[in-house]
Amino acid sequence: MSTAAPAEVEAAAGGESLGELVRGRWDALKGGDVGNLPVVIGLIGITLFFTSKTDVFFSAVNFTNLIGQMAGVTVIAVGVVFVLLIGEIDLSIGYVSGVAGVVVAELQVPDSGHQYPGLIAIAAAIGVGAAIGLLQGSFVALIGVPSFVVTLAGLLAWQGVIIHALGTEGVIGIQDAYINNVANYVLSENQGWAIAIVFTVGYAAATIGTYVNRRRAGLRTGNVILAVARVLFFGGLVFAAVAVCNHSRGVPLVGLIMLAVVVVAAYVAARTPFGRHVYAVGGNAEAARRAGINVKLIKIIVFMISGAMAGLGGVIFASRLNSVDLTAGGGTILLDAISAAVIGGVSLFGGRGRVSGALFGGLIIAIVANGIDLVGYTDSVKLITTGLILLAAVTLDTVVRRRQAAVGR
Amino acid sequence: MNAQPVPTLELRGISKSFGSVQALDKVDFEVRDGEVMALVGDNGAGKSTLIKCVAGINSIDEGQILFDGKPVTIHGPKDAAKLGIEVVYQDLALADNLDVVQNMYLGREERDLLFRLKEAPMEQRTSETLSSLAVTTINSVRQPVATLSGGQRQSVAVARAVMWNNRVVFLDEPTAALGVAQTQQVLALVKRLAEQGLAVVIVSHNLVDIFEVADRITVLRLGHNVGVYEKANTTQQEIVQAITAGRAKPAEAGAAS
Repeated sequence: MSTAAPAEVEAAAGGESLGELVRGRWDALKGGDVGNLPVVIGLIGITLFFTSKTDVFFSAVNFTNLIGQMAGVTVIAVGVVFVLLIGEIDLSIGYVSGVAGVVVAELQVPDSGHQYPGLIAIAAAIGVGAAIGLLQGSFVALIGVPSFVVTLAGLLAWQGVIIHALGTEGVIGIQDAYINNVANYVLSENQGWAIAIVFTVGYAAATIGTYVNRRRAGLRTGNVILAVARVLFFGGLVFAAVAVCNHSRGVPLVGLIMLAVVVVAAYVAARTPFGRHVYAVGGNAEAARRAGINVKLIKIIVFMISGAMAGLGGVIFASRLNSVDLTAGGGTILLDAISAAVIGGVSLFGGRGRVSGALFGGLIIAIVANGIDLVGYTDSVKLITTGLILLAAVTLDTVVRRRQAAVGR
Repeated sequence: MNAQPVPTLELRGISKSFGSVQALDKVDFEVRDGEVMALVGDNGAGKSTLIKCVAGINSIDEGQILFDGKPVTIHGPKDAAKLGIEVVYQDLALADNLDVVQNMYLGREERDLLFRLKEAPMEQRTSETLSSLAVTTINSVRQPVATLSGGQRQSVAVARAVMWNNRVVFLDEPTAALGVAQTQQVLALVKRLAEQGLAVVIVSHNLVDIFEVADRITVLRLGHNVGVYEKANTTQQEIVQAITAGRAKPAEAGAAS
């Protein structure tokens, strides 16, 4: 294993044995590649804890509620993942989501002279988020102002914009059915099953496609049993989630939106040249530049993704409340979204992490908040707990980084 | 050695100044297919400036660049890449968080109509390129570059230059940060590049390394040509003298012009 030349590896093309696989994983683990392991362990631990504390926690109704509670932050966290991957930060996402909420609400006000159909209002809100990202990203990429400062300025300024736009009334109600459906519509049982089938079949097809391509190219294919197990596991997970939701009210539409955002973003990050360049810019911007990658353009696009995701998150929050008010985009949204990405294993130092981390991190944050509310602890406990989990996640990231550096040399 | 009538890359009377500092003053330089040309000189001799002019990072004030005997202009890194000139910089070439295949194809990824990366063919060609250069110490082309040793990293950077059918490869201090065994590994690789017909330019302070791989040696001093030396007809002592005192061997001095 330790002296195998590429030529020999090719000669040995075919399946990887389970023994090799376990050894490889163990080596990777020792090398600091912990994958999703800490998150999964954390999820199980937290779930067991709250289940032991209250009966309501581990129920179909609460699971369905949880999807609605995590969706907004998780979608925003997907944008944060991209920003962190290029080694930057976006502190404006909270109030950008608030601005998007104001936009979507304002554009549906009846008899206002600027009333548009709900879907157009939603698209406009996401577009405004992207435009804000373009503006802030340009300052970072073209002028070289640190993103921390640019987006900190954004944090202040966009909050001011929200207060100004809402004026003296301080609240806009949302009557438009499309907008309200984003967070409140529930899919029928059969639609839920259809999602589970599409997801599982799509995942299986992608796995088989990869296998066939590598086989044809004479490359190692990885362990077949493990690949099948992985498809069955994640497919089964989605089927189980649908079953639980159907047992309650049904699958919330917002859950589907969240899943779609995560799947598309994961595809872009892991399977496209753009995604590869994002990782390269975060890993070594100078190397990326010398390889002919337009680093500035990549940075601007990433900030636009972050803004657009914050926009969609803002629409979800507004839809959930059927209104926007002066608190839009405030509270813990910003820190929850960044925490979700970091807890999900995305490095603050750039270049390391996966989009799926946003989903896992968002789930952990939502479960902690949800469980603490149900058990009846105060907000102070919620804040302290979330803070400790975040600290643990960043500490883990730092240790992992040191570990990798040590293995490298 | 000089069987080929026209140098692959030839610089004639190149000058470059930064403000009042004359970094290069009417410098000539050439390299041919299949040879290893060493470029040596003390700090401030103008080696880095020369590389940057050829790579398109600096523009030249004066002089002519010829490729295959034809005059060319190089205005940016893209122009240099189009001609087939690749510069491998010490420690600046690779993204640590990406694996070997991802680094080899960085900025030149293959994709299908769905913008999907064609991982299998990229991985296949990476393995082929590495084995054609006898780089056999890398376990898996799917391991992150961060886990490789210095010599392996340098090998990957050099192999990347080869994979893209480049004609001229500049290696800037390729062995500076390496141990003995790893230096040997990289020097062997440099020789194989020339054997494959590339024109190789190696910049180094280490004369032992240079005498091991180079066919000819160009010496610069304070932005001027000192001379071009055939390795077979010179000694380390003579080169040291040329670098420090600028004394050229009369017969060879200015031979390139």
